[in-house]
Amino acid sequence: MKIFPAVHYTMGGLWVDYNLQTTVPGCFAAGEANFSDHGANRLGASALMQGLADGYFVLPYTIGDYLADEIRTGPISTETAEFDQAEKDTRARIEKLMNGAGTHSVDYYHKKLGLIMWNKCGMSRNETDLKSAMDEIAELRADFWKNVRVPGSADTKNQELEKAGRVADFLELGELFAKDALDRNESCGGHFREEYQTADGEALRDDVNYAYVSAWEYNENPRDAKLHKEDLVFENVELKTRSYK
Amino acid sequence: MKLTLKIWRQASPEAKGNMVTYPLDGVDGDMSFLEMMDILNEELVNKGEEPVEFDHDCREGICGSCNMMINGQPHGPQKLTTTCQLHMRKFNDGDTITIEPWRAAAFPVIKDLIVDRSSFDRIQQAGAYVSVNTSGNTQDANSIPIEKAKADEAFHSATCIGCGACVAACKNASAMLFTSAKVSQYALLPQGEIEATDRVQNMVRQMDMEGFGNCTNTGACMIECPKGIKLENITRMNSEYLKANI
Repeated sequence: MKIFPAVHYTMGGLWVDYNLQTTVPGCFAAGEANFSDHGANRLGASALMQGLADGYFVLPYTIGDYLADEIRTGPISTETAEFDQAEKDTRARIEKLMNGAGTHSVDYYHKKLGLIMWNKCGMSRNETDLKSAMDEIAELRADFWKNVRVPGSADTKNQELEKAGRVADFLELGELFAKDALDRNESCGGHFREEYQTADGEALRDDVNYAYVSAWEYNENPRDAKLHKEDLVFENVELKTRSYK
Repeated sequence: MKLTLKIWRQASPEAKGNMVTYPLDGVDGDMSFLEMMDILNEELVNKGEEPVEFDHDCREGICGSCNMMINGQPHGPQKLTTTCQLHMRKFNDGDTITIEPWRAAAFPVIKDLIVDRSSFDRIQQAGAYVSVNTSGNTQDANSIPIEKAKADEAFHSATCIGCGACVAACKNASAMLFTSAKVSQYALLPQGEIEATDRVQNMVRQMDMEGFGNCTNTGACMIECPKGIKLENITRMNSEYLKANI
């Protein structure tokens, strides 16, 4: 029997407020898709618990509260400049994917990205590798948008096109992922920076400088994403280091 | 391993489909069936052809989306196994493998091997739930004692992943095994009692409306079910249905 470690879950997700609303008004993110419950660590069944808690106990109240103010809004017309713009942008993105130079398959890029992430942004990471990962991903992303090959048509069900849209997102998120790991000069939870460890190889946390949630604001290019720090405030417990020894 | 694949290709729900033959080389026995399909698709994309569309998600046997009729058997030759967990070592070098979508009027083909199984969702929505107040005063489920044998039975019925292999295996394209598993899961527990009458009536009505056939007790569904859902569920649903209608 072969046993192999594999990526199973990524910590973090869409920023939401206390009501699970994202930065887009009226757009709520629940469960594994949002960042809110589990911080820097991930234990078994975390995603399940988050999905259940959000779905059973939070959203039934917060969405209702949001909709209460919209009760007299009425149907929203699609004949607006904003709608036209969104439609145009989406069409342009699809067309761009369909009309690449056709050199490499979507899987080719997905695998290349996976290898960079696996080698340089894994559980154990360091400054040199993270910096080069950012450059490699940016280069791969540029190549993807120029040379990706998506067969078939955009007017029928097309799983390659669906996959291309996801890989395009991964190529942005991957670089942001490395940037975030680079910003955090400490080891905590699932983030082990090789530079920050104790003499016997344990994670070395820096609560003075890094007791915050990193919320990154989208800004076209991932390396220009803007950092918003949300302080972690502990009122009833004090921060301690967990030891299994 | 060198294989010859005969695969159903159909461009859209309206299009007339046909079987297309693809030779495939370099298949390893340790690959899963879906990984073998991935290899084929990558070859097709690299040649500038359209890949074979098939549904898949978890690839660990619990989501119920990797539905393929393999050599005339839903999910292929291995018992109690979904397509994603079927390995190529079950086949021999030089084999010809026929791959088709589920065939049932209530599962229309969307494209190639992908069928629309939303009829199952509508059967679920017709009654496969219990109403629970989540106002914050919810009673802890564990505070209601349930005898072990019943809890185990209910749990076993609940392991149905809704893949539709039962329908695909049935000569009548009947959805009785699926629907009865969903009915049984609640019929066996005290939490399900309150809505028992409506549940079975509404779910059976929906099942008929979707165009699934009737059960003639052939039992092919149970043989092909990747989760081993038992025929006793159908007996239980029939008795629940009778009870509800008296």
